[in-house]
Amino acid sequence: MNRTKSLASAVLATTLTAGMSLGAHAAGDPVKIGVMLPFSGIYAQLGEAGRDGLKLALKENAANLHGADIEFIELDTEAKPSRAPELASSLLNQHEADFIIGPVHSGVAMGMIKMLRGKDTVMIIPNAGAAAATGPLCSPNMFRTSFSSWQPSYPMGKVALEKGYKKVYAISWNYGMGRESLDAFEESFTAGGGEIVEKVLLPFPSTNFQSHVSSIADTNPDAVFTFFAGGGAIKFVKDYDAMGLRGKIPLLGSGFLTEGTLKAQGDAAEGVMTGLHYAEQLDVPKNREFREAFNTEYGHYPDIYAVQGYDAGQAIANTIDQLKGDISDKQAVISTMEKLTIDSPRGEFTFSKAHNPIQNVYLREVKDGVNVVQSIAAEALEDPARGCKL
Amino acid sequence: MSTELFFVQLINGLQYGLLLFLIASGLTLVFGVMGILNLAHGSMYMVGAYLVWYFVAVTGSFTVSAILSAVIALGLGILIERILIQRLYNRNHLDQVLLTIGMIFVFNSLQSILWGNDPYGVAVPDALSGSVPFTDNSSYPVYRIFAAFICIAIAAALYFVVSKTRLGMLIRAGESNREMVEALGVNIKSLYTIVFAIGVMLAAVSGIIAAPMRSIVPGMGESVLITCFVVVVIGGMGSIKGAFVGALLVGVISTFAAVLMPTMSNMIIYIFMILVLLVKPQGLFAK
Repeated sequence: MNRTKSLASAVLATTLTAGMSLGAHAAGDPVKIGVMLPFSGIYAQLGEAGRDGLKLALKENAANLHGADIEFIELDTEAKPSRAPELASSLLNQHEADFIIGPVHSGVAMGMIKMLRGKDTVMIIPNAGAAAATGPLCSPNMFRTSFSSWQPSYPMGKVALEKGYKKVYAISWNYGMGRESLDAFEESFTAGGGEIVEKVLLPFPSTNFQSHVSSIADTNPDAVFTFFAGGGAIKFVKDYDAMGLRGKIPLLGSGFLTEGTLKAQGDAAEGVMTGLHYAEQLDVPKNREFREAFNTEYGHYPDIYAVQGYDAGQAIANTIDQLKGDISDKQAVISTMEKLTIDSPRGEFTFSKAHNPIQNVYLREVKDGVNVVQSIAAEALEDPARGCKL
Repeated sequence: MSTELFFVQLINGLQYGLLLFLIASGLTLVFGVMGILNLAHGSMYMVGAYLVWYFVAVTGSFTVSAILSAVIALGLGILIERILIQRLYNRNHLDQVLLTIGMIFVFNSLQSILWGNDPYGVAVPDALSGSVPFTDNSSYPVYRIFAAFICIAIAAALYFVVSKTRLGMLIRAGESNREMVEALGVNIKSLYTIVFAIGVMLAAVSGIIAAPMRSIVPGMGESVLITCFVVVVIGGMGSIKGAFVGALLVGVISTFAAVLMPTMSNMIIYIFMILVLLVKPQGLFAK
C-alpha cells in the first residue's frame, strides 16, 4: 500500500511539476522545493500547518526572487520513519530538489539525515527537535528553523530556581525528546543548586498517569517539570488537576505541554508555566502582521508549526534574493543562508554554527486559556550543539 | 512505599480495572455467545468517546450527549451485525479477524474525515466536578468515583440479566447449543443481533465514561483493545466473571508496575498473562 501511495504522490508531483513548468516564462531552471511532511496520520495537522507557512513566505516574497520560479514537490511522510530514506532519496535523485523541507517527526528526521547528510541539496527542518540533527550528525547542508529539544527546557531550570523551587519531580516519556527535555532542565537546575527528587520515564506513548500523579502528591516536591505533547499533554494536565495538585504543586514544562491543547485541557491548564521559542500572542510587530496575513490566506490563525514552516520559507526566499536568483553554486547557497537574520514572528533569529536558531525562549503562563508571555526566560539562547564539528 | 500511598495506588488500580472491565465485558460477551472475535471492539470505544465529545460541543450537556451517543452506538451495533457480522457465523475465526481488522481501518478513516486529527478533551460535567479530600496533598475527583460506581452498576446489571432474566437464559442457552435453541423455536438471529449490539454499546459507553478522564485522540481504540484482550485472555475467553476478575487484576498490577518500575511497566501485564496461561491455559474462569 505504501508503494502505491508513494507512486501516486510521485505521479501527482510530476503532473503538477509539468503543469507548472509549462506556465513558466523565466530564464533558467525553476527552484525546486521538496516538501517532506506528514499529510496523513496523527501529525497531519502539523504537516499542513508547516506547508501552509512555507508557501505563504514564498508567496509574500515573490517579488524578491529575481524571476526565479518555485516548484513544490510534496510527499507525505505519514510520520513513518521507515519511509523517510526512500522519500528523501526520491526528492534528491529523481526530482533533483534544490531545497528539501521536513520533517515534523524526529524519527523521520533521522531517516532523512541518513540520505541527505553532506549532499548539495539544502535540508531545512521545520519542526523535529532531535538533538543529533544539529549535534553529532550536523552537516553544512542541514539547517533547522524550529528548535533543539534542549532549547525550551534548559531555561526552565533557571526559572524554577528563581521561583524558589529546590526539589523538583521530573516526568516524561522514555524516548528522545522526553529524555533530552528532562536532561536539559536538570542541567541548569542542578547547576544552580536544585535537586531532582525523582526522575520518571514512562514508556511512549503510555498515558496511564494517574498513579504517577498520586506518587507526586506523596513525594510532595516544590514543583514538577515535564515534557508531554498532544494527547499525552492533555491527559497529564487533566489528571494533575483532577487529583487536586493544581494550585498546590506548580507544574512546569517544555512548551509543547500547552501548545494546541489548551481548548481540550480547559481550566485544568490554568497556571501551568512553560518555556518555548514562541507564543501566539507574542507582542512583536512581525507576529501580528504574520497572523493576519496567514488568517487572510487560509481562514484560520497560525500555530507554532506554521511559524516554523514560514521561517523555512523566509530562509529560502532571502537566500535566493541575496544571490540574485542564481542558486547554482550550492556552496554559495549554504554560506549565504548561514549568515541570514530571519525576521521571524517569534522575533529575529540567526543560525548557530551548527545551523540551529539562536533564539529567545519565552516563559509563558496559561491564563484564561491563553499562553501569556511572562518574561524572556533566556535571550538569544544557543544550543550547545554537543558533538557537532562545524 | 508508605501504607497510605499503597492504598492510594490500590484505589487507582481498582478504578482503572473497573473501566477495563466495562470495555472488556462487551468483547467477552460477544465472543462467549456468538463465537465472534471482534477486533473492531476498540473502535467502538473510540466512537463512543468521539460522539460524546461532539455532542457536548453541540448541546453543552454531558447527560444528553451520553444518552444520545449510547443510543447511536446501539443502532450502529445493530447495523454492523445485520450488514456484516451476520455473514460470518459459519466462517472460521480468520475470516472474522479479517473483516473486523478492516473495520478498524474504516472507523479510523471516518474519525479522521469527520472529526480531524487534533486531540480533544471533554470537560467533567459540572455536577460531578468536585473532589473529596484524600491525602494531605491530593484529593479524589468525584467524577472518577462516580465512574467507578457506574462500572460496578453495569457489572451488576450484566450479572443480573445473564443469570436471572429470560434473555439471559436464552443467551446462556445459545452459548452452549445454538442449534437446540433454534429448534425450540427461538429466533436466534435476533438474539445474536441484540447481543452484538449490546456488546458495541458497552464499548461505546466505556468510551463515553472515559472521555472526561482521558484525551480523545486518533488511535485511542487500538491502545485499549490490546489491554482488553489481555484482560479477556486472563479471565478466560467468553466469561463475564473472568473479565471482571481479570480486569481488576490487570488494573491493580499495571498501576503498581507503573509506580515501582516505570520503564518496564508495559511489559508486566504480558508477563502476568503468560504466567496465568502457564498454570491455566484457558484462563482463570474458562468454561
